[in-house]
Amino acid sequence: MAKINVTMTVNGEEVSGLAEPRTLLVHFIRETLNLTGTHIGCETSHCGACTIDLDGVSVKSCTRFAVQAEGAQIRTIEGMAEANGTLHQLQESFRQMHGLQCGYCTPGMILRAWRLLQENPHPSEDDIRQGIAGNLCRCTGYQNIVKAIQHAAATLNGETIAEAAQ
Amino acid sequence: MIPGAFEYLRPKTLSDAIAMLATHGDEARPLAGGHSLIPMMKQRLASPSHLVDLAAIADLAVLREEPDGLVIGAMVTQRALLGSALVQVKAPLLIEAAQQIADPQIRALGTLGGNVANGDPGNDMPAVMMCLDATYMVQGPKGARQIKAREFYRGAYDTALAAGEIVTAIQVPVVAGQGVAYEKLKRKVGDYAVAAAAVALTLRSGEVTSCAIGLTNVAPTPLWAKDAAALLVGTRLEADAVKKAVAAAEAITDPAADGRGPADYRRKMAGIMLARALARAQQRAA
Repeated sequence: MAKINVTMTVNGEEVSGLAEPRTLLVHFIRETLNLTGTHIGCETSHCGACTIDLDGVSVKSCTRFAVQAEGAQIRTIEGMAEANGTLHQLQESFRQMHGLQCGYCTPGMILRAWRLLQENPHPSEDDIRQGIAGNLCRCTGYQNIVKAIQHAAATLNGETIAEAAQ
Repeated sequence: MIPGAFEYLRPKTLSDAIAMLATHGDEARPLAGGHSLIPMMKQRLASPSHLVDLAAIADLAVLREEPDGLVIGAMVTQRALLGSALVQVKAPLLIEAAQQIADPQIRALGTLGGNVANGDPGNDMPAVMMCLDATYMVQGPKGARQIKAREFYRGAYDTALAAGEIVTAIQVPVVAGQGVAYEKLKRKVGDYAVAAAAVALTLRSGEVTSCAIGLTNVAPTPLWAKDAAALLVGTRLEADAVKKAVAAAEAITDPAADGRGPADYRRKMAGIMLARALARAQQRAA
């Protein structure tokens, strides 16, 4: 099948590449754009490791074809830290609160949490747990991921982080 | 898991989409949110030669109130439904069902049209649409027609759609004072229902004046439990009346024995979901 030229904006930069229609977006991101921070876990849209931000919503990039993302605005984990290497607050909070162990689910968790905080800057614990319900973690038991997101929200809101840090 | 090769088409108008589907026949499939079709393509359970992506067709993304009820375009996502104040007020049962579908990422792309048209008995919206007596607007090579949700489902993945036809919109009647509830038992987030029940009823001085029931994933098709609902009209939902209706609803189920449990268990769970949904709908009815 002939390849199609696909153009999209990823982490603020317009990029393009050739893709067969059947090429999944996650494969395009990893193998054509060489952005390997987005992980492939289950490939069946259950685990959320491949979560990216696409046109203002969190999506599982294993269940989307690259050709469907023509013209899309995409953010991946590579677009979270600043150019000088300063971590995004969510990344910093995951680090401080031990929100990761093996790290495999972390890029998807961070991207999902980022969109959640865009939509709801003051989430309750239940909002966070419901919000990350599509992202599986087999290490942490989620407790420290929830704490990390609470910590990031509090910090971004300029609130005290003492409670979240306990 | 890589799907088989196909040609990708992205029409801008509904008429172009219908023409493309007609040209390529059985080997072509419409693509909505893709959250049923793409996993099936990865497993090679589906290998369409052409995918006709409906995403660029603006007419399929409408959401408005008309004299006959809400008209919701087939490409409206579950997420968009959840964010609609109009749906919240006029069709709260859709909100309650959409909240229980999959997870945030899947709701961001999964569409109402795909959910109802695919014919998967595990999907939640078909039983909801049967309960609400919704009508599907259908377009195909021979023109437009309407099909009642209650007459749409024939078997697993088998619907009343003819070759080349697609669902373009869903018309949902708006009933003032209706009490509604959707009760779904599932093993975990993202799983299909072990059993689920949708209820819509109206009361006058505590007495049931109308009642409709839909059941999810306890037969090869979603079920409209017409006889069970009829048993409740004229009652005050006393324990005995509910028990009879639950028995009538359980009697029409034909659940598969699978990872979600043995058939008898799922049948009983359908009854329990129904009893819970009736109780909540009763509380909510004006």
